[in-house]
Amino acid sequence: MELSTLHYLVVAAALFVIGTIGVLTRRNVVIILMSIELILNAVNLNLVAFSRLYNGLQGQIFSIFIITDAAAEAAVGLGILIAFFRNKETVNVDEIDLLKF
Amino acid sequence: MFFLDHIWVVPLLPALGAALMFFFGRRVSKSAVSGVCVGAVVLAFVMAAGAVWNYTHDWTAAHPGRPFEKVMYTWLGPDDGGTTFTTQAGAPAEFKAEAGFLLDPLSSIWLLFVTGVGLLIHIYSIGYMGHEGGYYRFFGYMNLFMFSMLTLVLANNYAMMFVGWEGVGLCSYLLIGFYFHRHSASMAANKAFITNRVGDAGMLLGTFAVFWLFGTVNFQRVTEMAGSGMFPAEHGLRFGPGHWITFATLMLFVGACGKSAQLPLYVWLPDAMEGPTPVSALIHAATMVTAGVYMVARSHALFTLAPETMKVVAVVGCLTAVFAATIALVQNDIKRVLAYSTISQLGYMFLALGVGAFAAGVFHVFTHAFFKALLFLGSGSVIHALSGEQDMRNMGALWRKIPTTAKTMLVATLAIAGAPPLAGFFSKDEILWQTFSRDHHAYWILWVLGFLTALMTSFYMFRLMYLTFAGEPRMSHEVEHHIHESPKSMTVPLVILAVGSLAAGWLGIPSALGGSNRFEAFLHPVFAGGAPAAEAEGESAQAAAAGGNEKPEPVQPVEYVLMLASVGAALLGWTLAKRAYSQAGKDYPEPINQLAPAVYRTLYNKWYVDEAYDYAFTGRRKAGNLRLGAMGLGDALWAFDANVVDGGVNGAGWTTRAVSWLSIQWDKYVIDGVLVNGTAVVTRLFSYPVRLVQWGLVQWYALVMVMGLAGFMVYYVFR
Repeated sequence: MELSTLHYLVVAAALFVIGTIGVLTRRNVVIILMSIELILNAVNLNLVAFSRLYNGLQGQIFSIFIITDAAAEAAVGLGILIAFFRNKETVNVDEIDLLKF
Repeated sequence: MFFLDHIWVVPLLPALGAALMFFFGRRVSKSAVSGVCVGAVVLAFVMAAGAVWNYTHDWTAAHPGRPFEKVMYTWLGPDDGGTTFTTQAGAPAEFKAEAGFLLDPLSSIWLLFVTGVGLLIHIYSIGYMGHEGGYYRFFGYMNLFMFSMLTLVLANNYAMMFVGWEGVGLCSYLLIGFYFHRHSASMAANKAFITNRVGDAGMLLGTFAVFWLFGTVNFQRVTEMAGSGMFPAEHGLRFGPGHWITFATLMLFVGACGKSAQLPLYVWLPDAMEGPTPVSALIHAATMVTAGVYMVARSHALFTLAPETMKVVAVVGCLTAVFAATIALVQNDIKRVLAYSTISQLGYMFLALGVGAFAAGVFHVFTHAFFKALLFLGSGSVIHALSGEQDMRNMGALWRKIPTTAKTMLVATLAIAGAPPLAGFFSKDEILWQTFSRDHHAYWILWVLGFLTALMTSFYMFRLMYLTFAGEPRMSHEVEHHIHESPKSMTVPLVILAVGSLAAGWLGIPSALGGSNRFEAFLHPVFAGGAPAAEAEGESAQAAAAGGNEKPEPVQPVEYVLMLASVGAALLGWTLAKRAYSQAGKDYPEPINQLAPAVYRTLYNKWYVDEAYDYAFTGRRKAGNLRLGAMGLGDALWAFDANVVDGGVNGAGWTTRAVSWLSIQWDKYVIDGVLVNGTAVVTRLFSYPVRLVQWGLVQWYALVMVMGLAGFMVYYVFR
């Protein structure tokens, strides 16, 4: 079967949804961060697919930016997690409710 | 004119005596005291007599009709012009009061009898006060009195006269309260001084009014200005613009009422009998009480310009005469009878002045000085003989035991009752005649009252004589044993005064009886200087209008009728007294008490005037717990101030505090509570539902975001 852009978009959307569900439902903060990476990579896949479709490099260059951004964000997120873990001794997002009323 | 030039010595001699007593009196012997003080008065009398002789012989020849005036220095005055003021008429004037002496016929008369009778009384006091303590104090005060009285009489202006006026008031106080250990004596002294002071207030107001109207206080200048026609005669009694002279003279008369014991300021004189008898004789019979008469006579020019005041003077004088005589009818203390008699006779003098018969009034002062002083000194002699007894109910049958005293007192009684040819007859008769003959609608009523007074005078004086000297002895046996005639130092003055009472009247024998009325002629230059009295038609005004020597005027037969009437009154009084009292034994009945006990009680209690004054002025008697009259007004005003005014102030404070309390509550509960705190509470209440949104779960927030995103996407895809 001939692979078209559509297949790539579907895969990206599936990854996006999996990532989103992961962010929303997982308890462990590290898994949430990994899910966020999934979302970002899904977006990357989407961009590359469209870049191939329109014969332009913008999509691919943008996705390199996003990869950089994702790395920085992961670093920062883990930093926050470590700082929080030092205070609260937990990585369960359920127990991070200091802003609760 | 040695004596006249040295007239200023006359008051200074007794002043020197007083000063010596003040500094050294305690340390020297009694004879030294009497030597200095009586000697001072002797010398003063000699100088006075010499001055009057100089005046009548040398001065009048050179300056006929003009008085002698000698100014020593300017006492209060315009050395730097700082005392300029504006008179009522708008003219500028300078206030000046000199220490000056004025001698004219009026003051000569006073000068002579003040020093003469004063001298006799001083001599009498040597015997009378010989056994008393405080001898030097007595004579010191007496001399001080002589100094003040002479200053008063010789002064040439109102201010200087006021110095003497106050001085005699002071000495009266000191001498009435001489026995100051006695409560009644010191109360009487206070009463005298305070009542005098009320009069003095009037005197001062009158003097100020004179300043303001005339620009000067000098007697001569005031008389000239008043007589010159500058001021019109004021008819109709009004105070105020256009009637200032009426005001001034009324105020001066108030002063005279206080000093000369007229209604309503006479109440001090009976109580003044607490002082030693020579004091009563000198001050309250012959001299101080005549100061008011002197002052009015001196201001005759002013009084003639104010006929309304003259009416007031005449009426007050007449009423006083009658009023006091009624009280004297029933008094039991010998000195009280004489005190009321003095008030009554002073009333006669003011009656004379009020109807315009100035010379007659002065004549009565002159004769009265003799017989009243004699009566007082005689009563003193009686009291001395009875070892201090003053109540006539405890006297009697003294005629043979103290003959000199008795006979001289009889002479005085005949004089005061108005029996011719003694002094009182001529002077009293002249007054009654002048009252009757003045062409004034109602003055005959005054004559009737004067006539009744004469009747009463005769009655109570003979009552005094019979109770004291006749009848049966009513004193205790102890006292009866010690009865003795007084020493020569006391009886000789009595005899001299008796001669005076007899003869003094002969100076004023009216032309109706063939005399030339020398007295009035002597005074003529004084009283002719004023404006002609608007209504005068009697003898003295005719003489004044005649403007020259005494010309015999046609005598009206009515005058003889009146003379007979007054003699008849005297006889009637004597007869009634004789019938009631000549056989008075123990517990003799009072005829008035038998006829009308209520009347007797009223008269005995002096018409309850003192009690009325206690209610009205002194506040000593209260209605329940409340003071009436002037003191009551003070109490009421105090209550008003303490309750209403202070209450208002306190109330303002209370109101301020209450308002501030309200303000506090408003601030605390409304502003702070409702607005500030309430806002916070409301906000917090609203926050409860709102913060429920914040679970603190990040995944929940993310879910909400995703759902929102999905919603948008659905919307745009299926639009």
